[in-house]
Amino acid sequence: METAEKIVASKESRNKLLSILVLIPLWAFVYFFLENLSNFIVYNVLSMSRTSSFTEAFRFFIYEVPKVLLLLVFIVFIVGIIRTYFSPERTRKVLEGKSLFTGNVLASLLGIVTPFCSCSAIPLFLGFVESGVPLGVTFSFLIAAPMINEVALVLLFGLFGWQTALLYMSTGLIIAMISGYVIGKLKLERYVEDWVYQIKAGHMEISEEKTPFVERISAGFDAVKEIVSKVWLYIILGIAVGAGIHGYVPENFMAGLMGKSAWWSVPISVLIGVPMYSNAAGIIPIVQALLEKGASLGTVLAFMMSVIGLSLPETIILKKVLKLPLIMVFIGVVAAGIVIVGYLFNLVY
Amino acid sequence: MVVKILGSCCSKCNTLETKVKEVASKNNITAEFIKVSDIQEIMKYGIMMTPGLVVNEKVVSSGIVPKDEQILQWLKQA
Repeated sequence: METAEKIVASKESRNKLLSILVLIPLWAFVYFFLENLSNFIVYNVLSMSRTSSFTEAFRFFIYEVPKVLLLLVFIVFIVGIIRTYFSPERTRKVLEGKSLFTGNVLASLLGIVTPFCSCSAIPLFLGFVESGVPLGVTFSFLIAAPMINEVALVLLFGLFGWQTALLYMSTGLIIAMISGYVIGKLKLERYVEDWVYQIKAGHMEISEEKTPFVERISAGFDAVKEIVSKVWLYIILGIAVGAGIHGYVPENFMAGLMGKSAWWSVPISVLIGVPMYSNAAGIIPIVQALLEKGASLGTVLAFMMSVIGLSLPETIILKKVLKLPLIMVFIGVVAAGIVIVGYLFNLVY
Repeated sequence: MVVKILGSCCSKCNTLETKVKEVASKNNITAEFIKVSDIQEIMKYGIMMTPGLVVNEKVVSSGIVPKDEQILQWLKQA
């Protein structure tokens, strides 16, 4: 009985490894020929006119949708595998007793790779604070984890190129580090709900069992299933709206509204962005089209980060453990950070 | 046997609850199922990600919805 199960299991794992070896080249093949393929379909198969707005919008759509979905599957798969090497328990262990500055840097970096969902924000916060991770360091983690979002990263990479994706990641990191550092320096511990420090949390031992690599691969597949099924519709809708703007809105239409010359555009974008709770998947394709029509990068980046990084539902969840002044400081510091980044990029580009 | 599902808000928590009950009933395992959503109660188990699965007061998983076979193994061992 035992051995029979083992044989089945090893067969299954071999199949998984084999499927990876087949899927990756296939993926690469489709990805690199996509542009030619979509052009061929639009101009040759459907023989649409090269000059009409509709053709432009349509071509944009049938090229971007598969491209972004392919990228999404690939990155989410890789991130899913990487995340099996990290867990909140391990992250906490690394951060325990770290000094403010080093702690903030580490916490922000770990925020990217530690698996996180906003439902777990509370237990995570409690677990960190209770075991002696400083408040400011905990905040760096809580800011970085949702702000640097793998779906956003994929979309930026796919629609804008790697420079913008890198820019987004590094500015997100910097905001998380500095905001956490500032919150730590302000010594706001008294604005944490009183019961938090009285809680006697049990400690789960970290299992040091070796995870076989095949299991990590299936974790990658699971992550793809979970995330892609959640966001694909938003991505398609977002790209559809983006395609509409791409094809129909005149060039430089956004320059006056969201361009560099409009100094107020950065803070306004953040003000609009904070209460907005959209997932990155829907918002980025729209933002890309706006950028094309003359909106400036700093403004767009500020808008996007405030939408993704500061969300109302998450702050409401945090209300359970934080008193109002600390929540206000949290939102204020992060929003200020985003505004500064927005201006900075408008200045540089 | 007492099986506790820790967690309140995630859709994953509900998925886990249904799944555990399903696995138990399929294999004729009788157990008492308790859903714990109070955060202070949850913290006593020391988990940092929901959903958590507790079999006879021992945390067997957190932050994930484990596979059916894995759940069955935990239920059988208890």
